[in-house]
Amino acid sequence: MTTVRILIRNRKGVFDPEGKVIHGGLKRLGYAEVSAARVGKVIDLVFEDEDEGAIAEKVEAMCKAFLVNPVIEDYSYEILSREG
Amino acid sequence: MSFAVVVFPGSNCDRDCFHVIDKVLGQPVEYIWHRDHEIPDGIDCVIVPGGFSYGDYLRSGAVAKMSPIMDAVARFARAGGKVLGICNGFQILLEAGLLPGAMQRNTSLEFICKPVHLRCATRRTAFTGSLSEGQVLQIPIAHAEGNYFIDDDGLERLQDNAQIVFQYANAMGEVTVGANPNGSVHNIAGICNEAGNVVGMMPHPERAAESILGSVDGLALFESVLGQ
Repeated sequence: MTTVRILIRNRKGVFDPEGKVIHGGLKRLGYAEVSAARVGKVIDLVFEDEDEGAIAEKVEAMCKAFLVNPVIEDYSYEILSREG
Repeated sequence: MSFAVVVFPGSNCDRDCFHVIDKVLGQPVEYIWHRDHEIPDGIDCVIVPGGFSYGDYLRSGAVAKMSPIMDAVARFARAGGKVLGICNGFQILLEAGLLPGAMQRNTSLEFICKPVHLRCATRRTAFTGSLSEGQVLQIPIAHAEGNYFIDDDGLERLQDNAQIVFQYANAMGEVTVGANPNGSVHNIAGICNEAGNVVGMMPHPERAAESILGSVDGLALFESVLGQ
């Protein structure tokens, strides 16, 4: 089993209202040293019996077709764990 | 003129649209389930209604775009069929690539439900022919993700091709920052495809189609289709 973690965030230059609100909250809490906050979402996918190359190809295809909206979002992914 | 209203799991304005077409306009209308693969023969206009298809999971409209009916809606649109996406329906048309751009959360992060003024920016679409350019309509919005985004090149293409259909405005029809409820680029409330047969808009014309509801301004969109 292989777990892949996909991280999806707004593209640079696309306004991130949630990040802005969280940044404001941290400042009110006294953390003036935080200069920005950016919010994204995490999707973990569990694959069975696949080699890493095939997984990477499939994850790319899934992101392009469904998981990510390229108009506003960027993505990256990493292989978290591999068992068996 | 025969209408069809697409129903997804989570659609909640489908009956309102059906009611307006059936009872207010007196036109034939039927529902199409999202698992269907074809738009029935004889349908002239498809409404993709508002709601929360698939609970807005992943992104509003992202899961709905993969329902079989959306392939049929795309074929219907390519053949010149008239398509109106309202609110979540607009979000679905964006996700499906039938219209350009994308939706984000409102800048306030709040769900906004209130009447707004819209300036009609073009009468060249299937749904604005009975309006005049610059005409002001009062129609309610009800959404949390109506903050329309498109990059600068995309905005230029919309402007060059007269694809901006409605802009948020004040009661005088002036497009101002203060009249923008959700942060949309260029105060955009509705757009069309290049051909003008596909229109998406965040405000709900079906909720402003009877005087008992406070406004009949939304009727003009449905009447424009009938006039063709």
